[in-house]
Amino acid sequence: MAVVELRGINYIYNKNTPYEVHALKDIDLEVKEGEITGIIGHTGSGKSTLVQLINGILKPTEGQVFVDGSDIWKEPKKIREVRFKAGVVMQYPEYQLFAETVFDDIAFGPKNMGLSEEEIKSRVIAASSFANVSPDLMNRSPFDLSGGQKRRVALAGVIAMDPKVLILDEPAAGLDPGGRADILGGLKKYQREKGTSVIIVSHSMEDMANWCDRILVLADGKIILDGTPDKVFSRFNDLIGLGLDVPQITRVAAALARRGVDLGDVYTVGYAADKISELF
Amino acid sequence: MNEIEVKNVSFTYPGDETNPPVRALDGVTLEIEKGSFTVILGHNGSGKSTLARIICMIDSPEYGSVVIDGRDMTAEDVTDKDVLDARRKVGMVFQNPDNQIVATIVEEDVAFGCENLGVPSDEIRRRVDEALETVGMTKYARHAPHKLSGGQKQRVAIAGVIAMRRECIIFDESTAMLDPMGRREVLETIDRLNEDGITVVLITHYMEEATRADKVYVLNEGRVLTSGTPSEVFSDPETLWKASLDVPQTTELLYKLKQRGLDVPLDVFDPEKCAKVIRDALKKKKAENGG
Amino acid sequence: MKMDITFGQYVEGNSILHRLDPRAKLIIAILYVVAIFLANNVCSFALIVASAVLITVLSGISPRIIGRGIRPVLILIVFTAVINIFFVRGDHPLVSFYFIHIYREGLVNAAFIIIRIVVLIVCTSLFLTYTTTPIALTDGLEQLLAPLAKIKVPVHEFSMMMTIALRFIPTLIEETEKIMNAQKARGADFSSGGLIKRARALIPVLIPLFISAFRRASDLATAMECRCYTGGKGRTRMNVLRAGVKDFVFLFGVVALGAGVVLLNKFAGGYRFGLY
Repeated sequence: MAVVELRGINYIYNKNTPYEVHALKDIDLEVKEGEITGIIGHTGSGKSTLVQLINGILKPTEGQVFVDGSDIWKEPKKIREVRFKAGVVMQYPEYQLFAETVFDDIAFGPKNMGLSEEEIKSRVIAASSFANVSPDLMNRSPFDLSGGQKRRVALAGVIAMDPKVLILDEPAAGLDPGGRADILGGLKKYQREKGTSVIIVSHSMEDMANWCDRILVLADGKIILDGTPDKVFSRFNDLIGLGLDVPQITRVAAALARRGVDLGDVYTVGYAADKISELF
Repeated sequence: MNEIEVKNVSFTYPGDETNPPVRALDGVTLEIEKGSFTVILGHNGSGKSTLARIICMIDSPEYGSVVIDGRDMTAEDVTDKDVLDARRKVGMVFQNPDNQIVATIVEEDVAFGCENLGVPSDEIRRRVDEALETVGMTKYARHAPHKLSGGQKQRVAIAGVIAMRRECIIFDESTAMLDPMGRREVLETIDRLNEDGITVVLITHYMEEATRADKVYVLNEGRVLTSGTPSEVFSDPETLWKASLDVPQTTELLYKLKQRGLDVPLDVFDPEKCAKVIRDALKKKKAENGG
Repeated sequence: MKMDITFGQYVEGNSILHRLDPRAKLIIAILYVVAIFLANNVCSFALIVASAVLITVLSGISPRIIGRGIRPVLILIVFTAVINIFFVRGDHPLVSFYFIHIYREGLVNAAFIIIRIVVLIVCTSLFLTYTTTPIALTDGLEQLLAPLAKIKVPVHEFSMMMTIALRFIPTLIEETEKIMNAQKARGADFSSGGLIKRARALIPVLIPLFISAFRRASDLATAMECRCYTGGKGRTRMNVLRAGVKDFVFLFGVVALGAGVVLLNKFAGGYRFGLY
């Protein structure tokens, strides 16, 4: 079953003004339950607009958005509930922390849902463990934490709402390799244990290749590629033409293929090493 | 001749009621030659930004000394004028492009540093035009900075630094907040500046950016973990992995193949060349097995 | 893809008014205000209105935009007009009905006041906000007030603060929007409930916003220090303001206008404006 479905979506900023921008054009999209979907595209391709449409921050100019089977704009008054089902972690989410303690900050979402104290507490604890926030940080001020820790607290704050689909805009931006693996690995674990669908928006081809089941490539407000990572990265000339990057390893494989060593579609180092090893 | 010498520098951030003091740098020594391209690698919290702040005299080291173009900036007789002189030589471009642009018009911002130095008006005009040309932002001279992309903002910041005719520019994670296109723009600009003879110090955690350097220093827990040419540093991936850093994917692949018994070098960063060495090694192996 | 944030009300253009030196415009605006307040009879008011029309034409800015600028003070205009109509007593009663007495003097006064406020707003905004960017205005102000620095008035510091504020307002507006969206995504509700509930709902927006503003301020201070900023002393400017012939022509024009108003007040007849 599709947990998110977009039908005939168009989105136009500043409609009927000289600043009109047609950000999304005729988008049809289904995100299946329990998948990690990656959305790739460069700045201005419409990625962020797409994210804000799914959780009802923006209302489509045309078309319908379904989350968990129901049209989210059927009852505009209940749009807040959609945001609990489609949890969004914005870019650089550490800048949204505000509460006095880490616990209170993570509890903000569940409190807005109107849950009981006990329920809130258990959700906060569960979410922090998924997001790798250690329990002894709970009573600290979020502003005293390191950058990576803050990012994980912000992530826990959204996971604590127990959404049907978790959407992340550049979750690893600005983090070093260790921090990236922490966040993305944590997400994979969360997705496996809870079965929640995850949508990740990113520029980093390497990260997407490593962690996603399915990749969508967005350019100029349209979905132009859609498939498993090997299928998408095999079209690497198209990606480069769009000003996007392919993983370095995919470039190596392409260069090898030109020299008569065909490895097939390669996008992770481990896989490439295995394939080459078969040859000697 | 060295542009910058950092000798045995230590620095501790004082703690407060809730946080213990943090030793950010612990006996760091490095030399940056004039006209060279140096990369300082390290994960978040490794002390690399503290080092940048110390070189630019925003913070002073607890122990050790910093020598800029032959003048010891940590000596007791250093005056405000000496600091200003050193800052005329060494400029810095920061991480967040938004937080270093002062003026509401691009060219006014580029002029800001020259205005501070008291350069005559027509000379400023000339330098600003030239600097904008160098970073390819002439078209945007009269634009408002907040409407530019991240990469464009960083190029404006770079123009502001080069208009001051500095010998050395320190880039403190200046590419970290940019998208791939912005990063490419900025890196290309940096390469061009280095070719023009400007000493470049690039602080980053992106490995691919390090492959272009003359010299790489890897910082970990406030110490220099290893240093050398990119080939030397990346031929030891284990050490980098321990410091929670990566190596370029080409190196990782070659390292894995080498472990499995294929005779390949590790210091090849270009995908084309990497493919070539693998193909050659495969051929050689086949010949051996066949013969 | 954000809304195009323009603040102040600067209207892009290249009219003679746009090209005047901001210092000249500041002085002209002040003199013009004086001239408006000097006018006190039909003839001098007519001269003021004529000059306002001339300025509007010279600015090349559409009357629609100018009209928009008056809208916010409409209530003030109506209010003062009503007060004048009903409370000014004179010698020529027009209507007398129970406690309501309207005199001709009241109507005349009301008309004069409306003209005065409208012209005041139209002309000062034409000189200052519509044709001058906030940054040019700040520069002009700094250079006009430069002599005050001698008596320790922090003129440069003040203008630097203005510049930085102008630079960061759009950035902070964008940031506010981002933080609001992030908190909305966590179920924050900014649009329902009473005043107190709404004000409380803003806490999760304001705290991150302040923290970010402080961080930006400290980053910016460091960046400015690294760019050798040490205050206004010994600073030069890339763009030096140079007053030209047209600036002096306009200055002369506004002085002549003032003189004309004074002469007409004295020698021309007609209805007079005043407090009866």
